[in-house]
Amino acid sequence: MATHPDPIKQFAINKLLPLDINGVDLSFTNSSLFMVATVVLTSAYFLWSTGGRGMVPTRSQSVSEIVYEFVAGMLRDSAGSSGMKFFPFVFSLFMFILIINMFGMFPYFLTVTAHIIITIALAMAVFLTVLVVGFGRHGVGFLKLFVPSGVPMLIMPLVIAIEIISFIARPISHSVRLFANMLAGHITLKVFAGFIVSLSAMGTVGIVGSILPFAMTVGMTALEFLVAFLQAYVFTMLTCMYINDALHPGGH
Amino acid sequence: MFITSAYAAADTAAKLGEEAVKKKNVFPPFDPSTFTSQLLWLAITFGIFYFLMARVVLPRIGNILEVRRDRISQDLEEAQRLKEETDASIAAYEQELAEARKNAHTIAREASETAKLAADKERQKTEAKLANTLAQAEQTVRKVKDAALAQIDTIASDTTQAIISRLIGTKVTKAELAKAISKIAK
Repeated sequence: MATHPDPIKQFAINKLLPLDINGVDLSFTNSSLFMVATVVLTSAYFLWSTGGRGMVPTRSQSVSEIVYEFVAGMLRDSAGSSGMKFFPFVFSLFMFILIINMFGMFPYFLTVTAHIIITIALAMAVFLTVLVVGFGRHGVGFLKLFVPSGVPMLIMPLVIAIEIISFIARPISHSVRLFANMLAGHITLKVFAGFIVSLSAMGTVGIVGSILPFAMTVGMTALEFLVAFLQAYVFTMLTCMYINDALHPGGH
Repeated sequence: MFITSAYAAADTAAKLGEEAVKKKNVFPPFDPSTFTSQLLWLAITFGIFYFLMARVVLPRIGNILEVRRDRISQDLEEAQRLKEETDASIAAYEQELAEARKNAHTIAREASETAKLAADKERQKTEAKLANTLAQAEQTVRKVKDAALAQIDTIASDTTQAIISRLIGTKVTKAELAKAISKIAK
């Protein structure tokens, strides 16, 4: 067991500063550390790069502006200009998830989003925002979301049932998509990397043979970088679409 | 009491051991014992991040972009204005040029007309003078001719008298000669 690398160990949560209040564990863990690191690093970058407020942007300021325009464009395209009220929320979500995912690409670093409780919490935040905004803005009219137009009355009950189920399933699919992608990718990466170690322990033939999983690991690492970005993008994109539903329930 | 607490301690230790064993077998992402801590720190970090983004970073970037957009549209307007000004001055120049060309044509035509008029007048004057001179000359010629014609009889009789006196040595009187000449001339 000791010679065989454990692909699950990378997700272990370790208490760095144990803290227990009335039997509730609130310890500062490695997960907390990476979240704090994400927030500090990202905020520091944005504050530093935009500090000059240059009419002609510097390179670092350009990066901040490009990210801003990217997320703003995403939100405006799917939710219209009335959706821009949620821009800070969407932007924070995108940057938070993206940088956490990228932190996860460092060897020995924990991938915080590979823990379902984190992704569920984020997805629920989106879901509750949609509910509050939807009912707050449209009242009962928000239920029009479940009644697509142009559907024959005969199959309407069935369609409504499907719509309601898919709406309730949203936070689940939303969170599991991110969680499972990050988890599976990192496990696969670790398993292939483990093959290198196991094979090379078998002598010359093994060392030669380990080239194969090594190449695989390199390729997977590149793919994981793509997945890390793509999942942050997909999560944000879906958030935009859900916000659009909250703002325009009849328009789909 | 002492015993109870000892038991309790042993019990706790056993429980802790059990928990440790259980923890080893639990898949970390599904380990509920870490959920509260993760949720708390997520709320804290994401809350701070959201606050910073919403209050400081995004308004700042938005402001930068807006100022730039305003500046660009302002510059474009200025460029448009300058272009219109240039177009206007080009049009004015063209118009002035066309006017000047028209004036030049007028002046040239007037000048040529004046010159032609002057030349005509001069020509008529000269022609009149010439005609006058010609008429005078003709009159003189006629006068001379008339005078000559008037004397021609006398010359003829004188010449005939001279010729006759030389040829036949006789003197012929003028009256006779005149009679003869007028007979011949008839």
